[in-house]
Amino acid sequence: MSTTNMLAGRVWKFGDNINTDLMLPGPYLVRSEADQATAVFINDRPEFLREMRQGDVIIGGFNYGMGSSRPAARSLRNCGVGFLLAETINGLFFRNSVNHGFKAFECPGVTQAFAEGDTAELSIEDWTATNRRTGQTLAVTPVPQMLLEMMLGGGILPVLEAQGLIAPRSPH
Amino acid sequence: MGMTMTEKILARASGSTSVKPGDVAVVNVETAVLMDMTFLPESWREILRVRDPRKVVIVFDHLVPAPTADAAAAHRTGRAFAAKFGIERLHDVGPEQGICHAVVADRAYALPGTVLANGDSHTCAAGAFNCAARGVGGPDMLYAVTTGKAWFRVGETIRYDFTGRLPEGVSAKDIFLTIAGSYGAHVNQNVEYGGPGLTSISINGRRTLAAMGAELSAEFVIFEADDTLVEYVRARNTQPFEPAPPDADAVYRDRRGIDLSTLEPLVALPDAVVNNSVRISELAGQKIDQAFIGSCANGTLDDLAVAAKVVAGRKVARGTRLIVTPGTQATYRAALKAGYIDALLDAGAVVTPATCGACWGGHMGTLGPGEVCITASTRNFKGRMGDPSARIFMASPATVAASALAGAIAHPGEFFRGDAS
Repeated sequence: MSTTNMLAGRVWKFGDNINTDLMLPGPYLVRSEADQATAVFINDRPEFLREMRQGDVIIGGFNYGMGSSRPAARSLRNCGVGFLLAETINGLFFRNSVNHGFKAFECPGVTQAFAEGDTAELSIEDWTATNRRTGQTLAVTPVPQMLLEMMLGGGILPVLEAQGLIAPRSPH
Repeated sequence: MGMTMTEKILARASGSTSVKPGDVAVVNVETAVLMDMTFLPESWREILRVRDPRKVVIVFDHLVPAPTADAAAAHRTGRAFAAKFGIERLHDVGPEQGICHAVVADRAYALPGTVLANGDSHTCAAGAFNCAARGVGGPDMLYAVTTGKAWFRVGETIRYDFTGRLPEGVSAKDIFLTIAGSYGAHVNQNVEYGGPGLTSISINGRRTLAAMGAELSAEFVIFEADDTLVEYVRARNTQPFEPAPPDADAVYRDRRGIDLSTLEPLVALPDAVVNNSVRISELAGQKIDQAFIGSCANGTLDDLAVAAKVVAGRKVARGTRLIVTPGTQATYRAALKAGYIDALLDAGAVVTPATCGACWGGHMGTLGPGEVCITASTRNFKGRMGDPSARIFMASPATVAASALAGAIAHPGEFFRGDAS
C-alpha cells in the first residue's frame, strides 16, 4: 500500500463547477466503458486526451464533478488520470470516485498554488500536496478510513465480487 | 445536541442514537430504485443475491420507449432480473411507467423518515416526502440491492424557512431559481425546507423544488412533513412510517428565511444552473427554437395544468416547437381527463410519452447545432440536451409556455392577471 501513498504527476488545471457531462457526454452513456474513456472533455478541451500522459493530475476548483450520477470518475481513472485535487468535490462525484477506485481529494488553496504544467506530489500518508516547482505544500483533507480503503482498493465492485454478491465481469 | 431531519433519519437508519457532521453513516436502505440505465451492459454486473426483493423498485425511464437496440437489451436485462428475484414493483413500458422519481411520488414509495437510494442524480426529488433520498452511482446500487446498505458522509445542514405564499404565475421552479441565484451551490451540505409558508406549496411543487436540489449540489434535500404530506402518503402506501421532524435545538450551518410573496419568475442563463438567474425583463425578445416542459422536476400534473392554462385558445409561434413530456403515464392520463392535453395539442404542442428523453439529450426533443431552447426541466449544462453549441435557458413551465407562444423568452404574468390568489 505504501507505494500508492506517494504519487506525482503533471498538472492540468480546470476551473470551478466542472460538470459530469463535460467528462462523460450524454451520447456516450450508451457506449462501452472503453469508448467513454475516449470522450473525456472532448467538447470543451479536446487537447486534454491528445496530450495527457498516464498519471497526469487534474487540479480543479470549487464543486468539481457537479451534475449527474454517470460514472465520470471511472472515465478519468480509465483514461489514466493519476489523481484529482480540487478546492471542493461534488458529493455524488466523490462517491463515484470512491466506488470506482479513482483518487479524488479536497485540497483548499490548490487553485492558487498550482499552474498549468507544474508537477504535483501527493502523500496520502501525510495528507499533503506539494508543488515541485515552488516547493509549496498544502494540507489535503483526509478521507475517512473506510472510504479510503475502498478508493485505494479499486472500488466497491471487487468487494462485492469477493463476497459472492455479484458475478465477475465477463471478458469482452 | 439536537439533530436536523437529515441527521435524525441517518441516525435512525444506522441504528445509532445520533450522527453528526463529519461522520460516515452506513445505513439500512428502505427503498432501492433501479432505473433502466443501471442495466446497460457497461454498468450492469450480474447480481447473485438480493437482500430483500420487497425493498427494490425497478423503473424504465431514460430509454423509453427503447430508442436503440442497446436500450431494448437493457430493458430485457432488467425484466429478467426482476423475474429471477421476484421483484414485484417493476414499472415496465406501459400504463405504470414513468420517470423514476415521478413514479416514486405517484405511488408514495418514498416513506417519511426512511432512506431511499437510486442511481439517478435527481433522487433528492423524494426529499419532498421527508425521506432521506440521495442520488448515488451504479456501484452504490449494486451494494444497496445485495446488502441492503449504503454509506453516506454526514454534512452540515442549511435550513430554509418559508413564509407567505407565491403570487399567481410564480411557481416552485422560481423559488429554486431564487435560491440558486442568491446562494449558489450547497456542496457537501444538506438542504432542509420548512416554515409556516410550506403548507401553501403543493406536494407537486415541493417535488419540483426537491428535485432541483441536485442542481444545488446538495447531499440530502429534505422537507418537513405536514398533514398534507402524511395524508398523501397514507392514501397511497399502506406501510407504516414515522416522519422525522427537526429537533428544536438542531444545529444548522445557516438558517435563511424566504418570503414567498415577494418572488417573481426568473430565468437561468445557459451552461450553469446556479449563480446564473436573471429577471425575465433582461432577456425579453431572446428568440427560441424550442420550448420544453417535462422531466422529474416539471412533469407533474400542476406543471401540465399551468402550461395548458397559458396556451389555451392560443397558438405556439410559427417556427417554434413546444414539447411537453408528462412525468408518468398516470399523470398523462390525468392530464388527458382534465383537458390539459387537448389544450396543449390545440395550441400546437407535441406531447410525448413519459420519459427522461429530452432533458438529458437522449431522445424526444434533442437540440441541433446553434439552436436556442428554453426548458422547464432539470439542467442547462453545455451539450446537455443535444449539440454542444445549443444554448439552454431554464425557467418555470409558465414562463416556458408563454415563451413558446411568443417565439421568444416572455414573462407569463399576463396569463395570470386577475386570478384570485
